[in-house]
Amino acid sequence: MAQTIPTSFTLILKKDCPTCALIEPIIGQLAASCAGNLSVYVQDDPAFPTSYPGRIDDTSLEFSYRNQIEIVPTLIRQTQDSAGESRIVGWDKSLWQEFTGVADLGAELIDFKPGCGSLTQDPGMEELLALKFGEAQFSAREVQVAATADIMEACYERGWTDGLPVVPPTALRVMKMLSGSKREAAEIIGRVPPDNVECSIEKLAINAVMAGCKPEYFPTVIAAVEAALQDRFCMHGLLCTTYFSTPVMIVNGPVSRQIGMNSGVNALGQGNRANATIGRALQLIIRNVGGGIPGGIDRATMGNPGKYSFCFSEDESHDDWNSLAMDRGFSRDESVVSLFAGDGLQPILDQQSRTPESLARSMALSLSTMVHAKLYGMADAILVVSPEHRRVLRAGGWSKEDLRRALYGELVAPGSELVRGAQDIAEGMPLSWKDKTLNKFREDGLHIVTTGGKAGLFSAIISGWVAAGERGSQIVSQKIP
Amino acid sequence: MTTQTVLLDPTAELQPVERQLLPRLTQLAGATIGLLDISKPRGKEFLDELEQQLLKMGAKVKRYAKPTFARVAPTELSQQISVECDAVIEALAD
Repeated sequence: MAQTIPTSFTLILKKDCPTCALIEPIIGQLAASCAGNLSVYVQDDPAFPTSYPGRIDDTSLEFSYRNQIEIVPTLIRQTQDSAGESRIVGWDKSLWQEFTGVADLGAELIDFKPGCGSLTQDPGMEELLALKFGEAQFSAREVQVAATADIMEACYERGWTDGLPVVPPTALRVMKMLSGSKREAAEIIGRVPPDNVECSIEKLAINAVMAGCKPEYFPTVIAAVEAALQDRFCMHGLLCTTYFSTPVMIVNGPVSRQIGMNSGVNALGQGNRANATIGRALQLIIRNVGGGIPGGIDRATMGNPGKYSFCFSEDESHDDWNSLAMDRGFSRDESVVSLFAGDGLQPILDQQSRTPESLARSMALSLSTMVHAKLYGMADAILVVSPEHRRVLRAGGWSKEDLRRALYGELVAPGSELVRGAQDIAEGMPLSWKDKTLNKFREDGLHIVTTGGKAGLFSAIISGWVAAGERGSQIVSQKIP
Repeated sequence: MTTQTVLLDPTAELQPVERQLLPRLTQLAGATIGLLDISKPRGKEFLDELEQQLLKMGAKVKRYAKPTFARVAPTELSQQISVECDAVIEALAD
């Protein structure tokens, strides 16, 4: 006959929990019933419960963390038979009596009282404890900053910033950032230009922390980097160019609203954390991981302010008006980040057009001057249609495709007016094209998005890099999980 | 006293973790070299000799002095040197 091994109990308490206070009087009875095989851990006050001197101080929360305690009180029963370990939480008189085998346990107490959250579940505590007691291992090199040094200045001195302050990437912050995605920290997502070095999810998280991202933005940051690494985007060339351009990021779908991106008033401006920091994270990754430093590999003559961050979401409030992501083959309920190699913003003011036809001609006239009024087919563009201009188009029964078709129809010109020397201007298209009819935009080179506040009959042009298409950069999109 | 902070390196770790020196000059001919006297006795004699050597190598030389060796150079002086010179030699004495 097998030897009987006594059952042991472990009780985890928190003084601040009224349910734990309720059951304090029964702890002695429970201890007696199992011949003292009772361990009592307390999370917040080592002097509690006063009636049980054998209590164990767990204010470090190590025991609670390692045993995955979520609710207090938790009672764990350990038997040597096949049942092994089992646990109950909160106070349920009949359940406790059955679980412990003590028929009159807590007979004088009320029947039921739910427990409270374990301190291990407090906001931010999980990452803190994982860092302290868990298996968290970072492969990034540790950089020690002296106690007397200003930590923000230390980041500057190491060349990690874009000129604005960064959030110092401590292990705790990086761990929280990683918690925003299901991807493994060690996973290599590709080689980041211009140095073409392997880049892990962990490195992305470090830079996302520095950019000021919240963990919930991290999947969008990852998708943006994956988009940038697509061969057709040509990130290496875009970074190196003397031209103005940089990645312009457009986020579509439910994620853009869930993380609070701005597609309304001042959507392309400052003030929204998600817009500002997601775009900045990509720039910092190119800088820090890829080694793309202005004046080094980045040879931009002037650059543009969007090289700090150029990221916004689209107004998707009308089902009859397709989003950019839908134009790119995704469905409306998918979250997608798209990257376009672009630069500054050229306004289109038209407060008089009340018909789609007039507005389209107006937009086309402005688009025709993009890059240079005599240069055709060199750069792609994003036409940013404001909600009020979209209203004019929709009121006239136009879809986005109708607008695109009309623009392409308008944006043609005889080569004779565009070639070098024409109009007494040396710049222009090659002379051999003088008898051709030229299109301002290559096929698939004009993209249309809607964003901005509800008031303002203004649209805008985001002009593209002058190496458009297969010889340079093409718009890319990546699904956000 | 707070303890030191540990940050995780955001870079590709192609460079040593210690802060790097700025790129060195590849040649002295035509370069403007600042000679910064930290204002300790006999520093001038030492810098005079350096100046002669540098001039022989085709460098241009500009002379500066800190008000006192006991304190870091005033910001205005550091900025002036950074604008006017390609490199600076800060010279001690004693």
